[in-house]
Amino acid sequence: MAEKVLMKGNEAIGEAAIRAGCRYFFGYPITPQNDIPAYMSRELPKHDGVFLQAESEVAASNMVYGAAGSGARVLTSSSSPGISLKAEGLSYIAGAELPCVVVNIMRCGPGLGGIQPSQGDYFQATKGMAHGDFHLIVYAPSTVQELVDLTYKAFDTADKYRNPVMVLGDGMLGQMMEPVEFMEPLDPAELPKKEWATDGAKGREPNVINSLALAPEELEAMNKKLENKYKKVKANEVIHEEYRLEDAEIAVVAYGTSARISTKAIDMARERGIKVGLIRPITLYPFPEKEIAATCDQIKKYLTVEMSTGQMIEDVRLAVNGRRPVEFFGRLGVVFEAEEVLQRLIALGGDN
Amino acid sequence: MEKIASYPDSLTDKHFHYCPGCTHGTVHRLIAEIMDELDIREETIGVAPVGCSVLAYEYFDCDMHEASHGRAPAVATGIKRVHPDKVVFTYQGDGDLASIGTAEIVHAANRGENITTIFINNAIYGMTGGQMAPTTLEGQKTTTTPYGRNLKEAGNPIKMTEMLSVLDGPSYIARVSVHTPKHIRKAKKALKKAFQRQLEGRGFTLIEVLSTCPTNWGIKPKDALNWLEDYMMPVYPLGDLKDIEEVE
Repeated sequence: MAEKVLMKGNEAIGEAAIRAGCRYFFGYPITPQNDIPAYMSRELPKHDGVFLQAESEVAASNMVYGAAGSGARVLTSSSSPGISLKAEGLSYIAGAELPCVVVNIMRCGPGLGGIQPSQGDYFQATKGMAHGDFHLIVYAPSTVQELVDLTYKAFDTADKYRNPVMVLGDGMLGQMMEPVEFMEPLDPAELPKKEWATDGAKGREPNVINSLALAPEELEAMNKKLENKYKKVKANEVIHEEYRLEDAEIAVVAYGTSARISTKAIDMARERGIKVGLIRPITLYPFPEKEIAATCDQIKKYLTVEMSTGQMIEDVRLAVNGRRPVEFFGRLGVVFEAEEVLQRLIALGGDN
Repeated sequence: MEKIASYPDSLTDKHFHYCPGCTHGTVHRLIAEIMDELDIREETIGVAPVGCSVLAYEYFDCDMHEASHGRAPAVATGIKRVHPDKVVFTYQGDGDLASIGTAEIVHAANRGENITTIFINNAIYGMTGGQMAPTTLEGQKTTTTPYGRNLKEAGNPIKMTEMLSVLDGPSYIARVSVHTPKHIRKAKKALKKAFQRQLEGRGFTLIEVLSTCPTNWGIKPKDALNWLEDYMMPVYPLGDLKDIEEVE
């Protein structure tokens, strides 16, 4: 067992990426994710890696596009407004089927918004990132240990599907310190060679990294191929966790920081005799649709808890498909407390 | 018998989609000849832009990466940082480089990225059907300046190459033309020097090539060559704008 170290969420992401064999980071300063580029600028040179502060997030995401096409494990990170700018590059990366990892340490929007933690980018991360029919695979950690584990896993998943993977945290997770345990570092030289990468056409036909398909049939085929990939992702990559759900009649559905606060509220509600448990999606895309649907026979009411005005609730409602009521609690700008969630649970439980 | 000219190995055998009289084909051939002469085809990764040369990856017989509009220097930066020992070039038009991609080209040049940029300036947007480019001349009619470019409303023809040459990062910056055989020979010399500089690890190089677009200029190919000389060259004078060997 490796020794546990006390580490800030953002820095733990950086360390996990390096241990996953990532040697390239391209980014642009924005709060509250600044510790990630700072960590990478300090640590990557020690591993013969490259840290580059780009002129913009648009440029950073296109540098990632180039580095990913060249066969490297590559990371970029940002916070909400910066992710909007990275969207262009991510659409091209998804279209050209390249692996990369992008971290969003969410702050509160829209527009310039503020730097308070938020979960307001759920729609952007899971559905509306940029133009065209594509998806990121989205991990939603709720502890610093999960930031580490899922960042590490993100690189493998990205390579497996040749698709961008997002680690979706928030300002709270990025800034908090917790004890974490790291995996053994991986040597990037030992990773399988990417035969499709542009590294000079020595003794082979040229490789072309591209998402352009002018002929209608070719264009359809490209999108069909992506569609089939997402079907595989949906079938194989869903991760969720359940807490005190065995005899529950009410289920809270929450991810990330909201799930942590909800867990405390569930314990408090249980002490008052309310039968409530938690369903925590760990992958937001693919969403644990079947897993939630499977609880509908037992669960009488669902409460979606988010640091937004209600985004994931749409996916919960699709999963529940009208069989049970799905209520919402959320605040944004301000991080809510367990007591506030408890009051909603008492109100819901009282109707039983 | 000595063979003095042949089809370059570094070009594929696909037919160019470029319009008759367009000089993209000439510039493609020059780059391919240089790749042959320097024996770097298997070491080169090219970055294609968005614009008429969006399909350049069909023609260069080396590894190619298609960029989004204006971002070729950022994509090339990502590639070069992963493969510092390879030759990386971007091929960009004036809409791509001088309008939507100004930030990317300025900062790639300023970082002294060890890449080569070929900048095709034909004073118009070709692929989208002849709109005003930032390089469009005063009074020039395009589909978005139907009364001629009015400098008060639409700004001035942008001189990217002059602007970039004041930066400390670039090693070699020149403007050439390909409208006569004599100019083509000079253009090849400049392009080759740029690639050689990159091979020597001397930093950013950019060659602007004045080019024609008879289709969207609405004139015959022969007239287009004359128009380039009569109207473009006074605004965009040819020559080396930065060459650190000369400065030192």
